[in-house]
Amino acid sequence: MEKVIIVKNLVKKFEDFVANDNLTFDVYKGEIFGFLGANGAGKTTAMKILCALSQPTSGELNVAGFDVYTQQDKIKANIGYMSQRFSLYEDLTVFENIQFYAGIYGLSNKIIKERAENLIKKLEMVEMKNKLVSSLPLGWRQKLSFSIAIIHKPQIVFLDEPTGGVDPITRRQFWDLIYDAANDGITIFVTTHYMDEAEYCNRVSIMVDGRIEALDTPQNLKKQFNAEDMNEVFIQLARKSKNKE
Amino acid sequence: MNKFKAFVKKEFYHIFRDKRTMLILFGMPIVQILLFGFVITTEIKDVEIAIWDKSKDEVTQKITNKILGSGYFKLVKNIDNEQEIYNAFKKGTIKEALIFENNFAQNLNNRNNANIQIITDASDPNIANLIVNYTSAIVYSYTGELNSNLTIPMQIKTESTMLYNSELKSVFMFVPGTMAMILMLVSAMITSIAITREKELGTMEVLLVSPLKVSQIIIGKVAPYIVLSIINVITIIALAMSIFHMPIVGSLSLLIAVSILFIFMALSLGILISTVTNDQQTAMMISMFALMLPTILLSGFIFPIENMPKILQWLTVIIPPKYYISAIKDIMLKGSGLSYIWKDVAVLFLMTLVLLGLSIKKFKIRLE
Repeated sequence: MEKVIIVKNLVKKFEDFVANDNLTFDVYKGEIFGFLGANGAGKTTAMKILCALSQPTSGELNVAGFDVYTQQDKIKANIGYMSQRFSLYEDLTVFENIQFYAGIYGLSNKIIKERAENLIKKLEMVEMKNKLVSSLPLGWRQKLSFSIAIIHKPQIVFLDEPTGGVDPITRRQFWDLIYDAANDGITIFVTTHYMDEAEYCNRVSIMVDGRIEALDTPQNLKKQFNAEDMNEVFIQLARKSKNKE
Repeated sequence: MNKFKAFVKKEFYHIFRDKRTMLILFGMPIVQILLFGFVITTEIKDVEIAIWDKSKDEVTQKITNKILGSGYFKLVKNIDNEQEIYNAFKKGTIKEALIFENNFAQNLNNRNNANIQIITDASDPNIANLIVNYTSAIVYSYTGELNSNLTIPMQIKTESTMLYNSELKSVFMFVPGTMAMILMLVSAMITSIAITREKELGTMEVLLVSPLKVSQIIIGKVAPYIVLSIINVITIIALAMSIFHMPIVGSLSLLIAVSILFIFMALSLGILISTVTNDQQTAMMISMFALMLPTILLSGFIFPIENMPKILQWLTVIIPPKYYISAIKDIMLKGSGLSYIWKDVAVLFLMTLVLLGLSIKKFKIRLE
């Protein structure tokens, strides 16, 4: 299978503190890859490096076919990103938000219009098109935010705890959108706190104290740790942490 | 370039949709200039004075008449000893006392100089300053007449002309200060708030992950404010000219060029503030205390720098609006060209460079 993220011996140090301790993993095209870990385990640091926002201390990294050290601009053009805060402008309308984010990825006006129409139809938001985002319920914002993150058809989309503060039904609907995107060949790299969501991923990695302690399909992980669900797997691993909160 | 256009367009949406921003951007300059123009004037009229004429000759009489005839001063009493002066000041019956020395006319003729002592009530330093200026201007105009009589005997000029702002109209003095304040407000405070807002909303993260370069984000953020600040400068000048009939002696283009330099300085300050804080509230507080207060208090806008305690005078050296106000005052009221104000401009330019470099460096560090 084609690899879209290749990480070999990634180390990131902040002075004496080692945030990422020798990470090695690959992510395949079209895969939903769960990136799990307790707070402070080093998830965010690793994700920032993969998004070309910060430089690793050492290691070999390739994202979307480009080198993290030298081709940051190319990486940025080929990935999408959605943060836990949904990152929409509340004083802009639904359409203007789409237009803006598509615009900063350099899409032409014609394509922007075309994709915006499709997106609005797909999300059943036709009536909301010209309403300010501030008037939208949280669940709709979340779906809109995700759709905007992939409007430029990136190879990989990074989702940073995309389902925080949303009810279970909306979360389920949101995962339907994620599956759609994955079926279209977009690789999903997702961090989450919800262990039931970990079950939805094709493969899951669990970080403890800056290291990847486990990486496999949810089924195999459950077998390996002799656990009933991912929650138990996570707790068993998190107990190993030296810096307990 | 398309990316950048999309960004600037979004920025204008933010501005035009936020009523408070709009109010500050367009209401504030108009209110400020009218307020300072009409209310906080320090024009003087019928200032109570006392005169101690030790000489009582023809010349002192002429000068006294000239001073009293100006309309600015009103003689409360003639006095003949020092104690009386201090008593009058203490009671507050006079604002100024003039003392002509003994043998005034004789000294003037023989030694070519004679002395008038001016004592003012400096509990209000601004007024005191003005009164001294008015009085000495009148006296100078008299000596001017004398001198011109000496060189070209038949010519007698009675018209007193004071250089620069001949009527000393106070509103003109406030125009530069108001401009500095408004530009600080718009360029530094509003930009710092606009940038920290993106951080607070979490949209900054998304912008940084996008193909936009950091420089494009910063320039896109501040570009609309450059345009709006220039509009503000033009509005203030137009108001000052049309309502208060302020003459602009110097070059209008130089005035605007210096203003643009100051706008860039203020924008750099705004960016710098936004790099050290993550929320709008803090950005606003820092702008208020670190920018607005010094602009109002230490720039010479309201309180003359020469009247400040020494320590504060040293402090004013690092206050950018001081140089801006000094430069545009000279352009507007004296008609000075670049050759005269180049020192102020150079200082401003240097400050801009340093601040801009510092803020870009800090912005990059924050990304790590």
